[in-house]
Amino acid sequence: MPLRDITLDDIESLAVGAWVLGTGGGGSPYLGLLNMRALYKEGYRVQLMPASELADDDWIAAVSNMGAPLVGQERLTDSRTIARAVELMERHIGHRFRGIMSLEIGGGNSIQPLMAAAHLKRPVIDSDMMGRAYPEAQMTSMAVGDLVPCPLTSVDVRGLESVVEKVPTWKWMERVSRKICAEYGSIASTCKAPRTGAEVKKWGIHGTTTKAIAIGSAVREAQRKHEDPIAAILSVEPGKLLYKGKVMDVERRATEGFLRGRTRFEGIDEFRGAAMEINFQNEWIVAWLDGKPLAMTPDLICVLDSVSGEAVGSETIRYGQRVTVIALPSPPVFLSPKGLQHVGPRAFGYDLEFKSVFA
Amino acid sequence: MRRIGIDVGGTNTDAVLIEDGKVSGAVKAPTSEDVTTGILDALKSLSASGVLKEAGGASKKLDGVMIGTTHFINAVVQRRSLTKVAALRLGMPASASLPPFCDWPEDLAALVRGGVWMVEGGHEFDGRLFMPLDEAAVTRAAQEMKAAGLRSVGISAIFSPLDPSHERRAAELVAAVIPDAVITCSSDLGRIGLLERENAALLNAALADLSRETIAAFEKAIADSGIDAPLFITQNDGTVAEASQARRLPVYSFASGATNSMRGAAYLSGLADAMVIDVGGTTTDVGQLKNGFPREANSVVQVGGVRTLFRMPDLLSIGLGGGSHVQLDPLKVGPLSVGYRLLKEGIAFGGRQLTTTDIAIAAGVLSLGDRQKVAHLDAATCRKVFDEAARLSEEAIDRMKTEAGDVPLIAVGGGAFLIPDTLPGVSKVIHVQHGDCANAVGAAIAQVSGECDQIFKDMTRPEALAAAQAVANDRAVAAGASRASLSTIESEDMPLAYLPGNSVRVRVRVVGDVAAT
Repeated sequence: MPLRDITLDDIESLAVGAWVLGTGGGGSPYLGLLNMRALYKEGYRVQLMPASELADDDWIAAVSNMGAPLVGQERLTDSRTIARAVELMERHIGHRFRGIMSLEIGGGNSIQPLMAAAHLKRPVIDSDMMGRAYPEAQMTSMAVGDLVPCPLTSVDVRGLESVVEKVPTWKWMERVSRKICAEYGSIASTCKAPRTGAEVKKWGIHGTTTKAIAIGSAVREAQRKHEDPIAAILSVEPGKLLYKGKVMDVERRATEGFLRGRTRFEGIDEFRGAAMEINFQNEWIVAWLDGKPLAMTPDLICVLDSVSGEAVGSETIRYGQRVTVIALPSPPVFLSPKGLQHVGPRAFGYDLEFKSVFA
Repeated sequence: MRRIGIDVGGTNTDAVLIEDGKVSGAVKAPTSEDVTTGILDALKSLSASGVLKEAGGASKKLDGVMIGTTHFINAVVQRRSLTKVAALRLGMPASASLPPFCDWPEDLAALVRGGVWMVEGGHEFDGRLFMPLDEAAVTRAAQEMKAAGLRSVGISAIFSPLDPSHERRAAELVAAVIPDAVITCSSDLGRIGLLERENAALLNAALADLSRETIAAFEKAIADSGIDAPLFITQNDGTVAEASQARRLPVYSFASGATNSMRGAAYLSGLADAMVIDVGGTTTDVGQLKNGFPREANSVVQVGGVRTLFRMPDLLSIGLGGGSHVQLDPLKVGPLSVGYRLLKEGIAFGGRQLTTTDIAIAAGVLSLGDRQKVAHLDAATCRKVFDEAARLSEEAIDRMKTEAGDVPLIAVGGGAFLIPDTLPGVSKVIHVQHGDCANAVGAAIAQVSGECDQIFKDMTRPEALAAAQAVANDRAVAAGASRASLSTIESEDMPLAYLPGNSVRVRVRVVGDVAAT
């Protein structure tokens, strides 16, 4: 399959779909979307390339924005910054990247590779390393594959540039790069450890940009026609409707730099009388129905506004919202014992044996 | 306390006199094209009722006239009477790819965008400098604004709600070049979120001329009516600002109509915590009173297609009202409405459109129009329509509640007859006297507020709350409140993910009575 042009309408859909795949976290794609609208207006265009087209010895850049969403809301997002992180990495390793991929398709980081790709005139690879959003660096398919975690480049809009040359583990990478990010003012544009075409083909989670566009496009189409957007999502994804309810209570606390807490729901329609509780660490982690675990990471738990079909985030969810909870299947790479070690319920402190809702 | 409250609505201009804690006069006049005539008519009719005179015939001494108006928001929505604005952003090299006006609807941007200047400046979330302010570049920008004939200026800076010093300094530098400049600093409009806060500042700057003219017209209307009292303008959050401050920040009175209704409902019912349902002719607004004030929206609010993020009441509007179209088979109530044409188009008034008011007349709930014309509507049919209106209301109320359990509900507005005496999720439905003028009552009783929305680091939670409280108190006093009367009506804190050092964002709001001058 050759390269395909991404239209601005695709990007509008990507912003909606990526927010759904953000599973409660990942940050809003709005500022990235504004940048892409501006770039497309100026004539920039981006193409999407399937990982299968890569040669084994191609080099691929994996990008993400790191830091506090709140700081992003003040400094905004400049599309050139993420491109600079990629250029710094190219200078550092002395290879030219064939294409650019996202670290995480969930939330705002879905748009980061598009911004870099527009400026650097390279294709976006239709793969990522999470298939959703997760809070930490070791929660990726590349980490599950024990690929080297370094080097990493980290840049700031003022021209500050850092390279993390050597760390022994992904956890160390998380610690050191997070420290640099804090000094920058708690926001940084990063290019993660460069990957070869062979590594991306073996360990990447494929087709996720296409998937996010399809989800977003289904939601937007349903909104236009005043049809059920949840049904629309389930018609393009092999998901499962778990629950319909109303938010009854939200409890949040910040620990170790994460937003943790739980949300309780009361059932409506065919779920009347059934109580749900969902725990979160930025993203939705475990959903309990009447006290029993129903769905858990790495299955994707998506909490959606029942009327608009758009995702509801853990930072903004509040009492009274009518929501529908659906599950989407986990990328297969996270279902192995090694995968579950990285992103299963125990990785988030829940002493639960993983059981998929799709089993 | 003796005050006149005026609400300038889309259909009617209502005026009430409140003295010694009671409504002693209430009148309605049609809203006029120029707004001012309607106010003058309402004041004349209030005066004609005799309530403004002492028993001996002397004019009563009034403490203030408080006006709530939709004039400014309508100007933005209808794209009229707007001033060209110079946008100055202090935040380079960040944010360059998303300049001011970048997410405005094209038609509105074309009307308002006089020019865009972006220079170095701004702060970090913890108070460090993001970049030093480039003062020379600000002065150059001001000279270019002057050459372009721009005098209305909106200034924004990164994290200015935490440290407004760069915006203030830039305002001084601009004023030195353009002495008659009207300057809006985004930090005066609060809230984290540069784009939304800047949008609010630019909208405010665009209203500079209209605001000056409108408030001068209000002052003239009051003077012409022979009333000698200071003018206050009601704000989105149910408080008032002196005319001089309101003139500077017209966006703060965008949503004051709905807020005034809720505040009036609180006053007329004596309840501080309740749900309020304000049923008008076309729409019904549902909100929640907490400590006598409407709960505010925490998220982005769109005004005329522009995303903003500043103090606005959290309201849910549904298409239900006294003029709502009724269709019997299949049953459908609203969202279409005959609006102010009710007295011509309703069946009971000789028209051809069945409305909720016709149903109420047929059921004997209202005595209006000609009951014979709706005699064909039997009791069972009326019941079905009322049940449908109750169902729509119940769902809206439930969506707006912030906690489980039954709560009292105050029903106000001209269409309040659609709200039954019992509703699921509601402990008690309260209908109040003068409920149809609740908005003007709310204007009359408004207080002064101060707010703090800031990030605190390395403090215990009580310390952070206390620090925020002190800032809010000082701001309320600066806005004209008496310090002794201040009370906290909102206090919330949100731990921040990914920020180091136990960062917590605290929002505190206090209110107090207008200080005696």
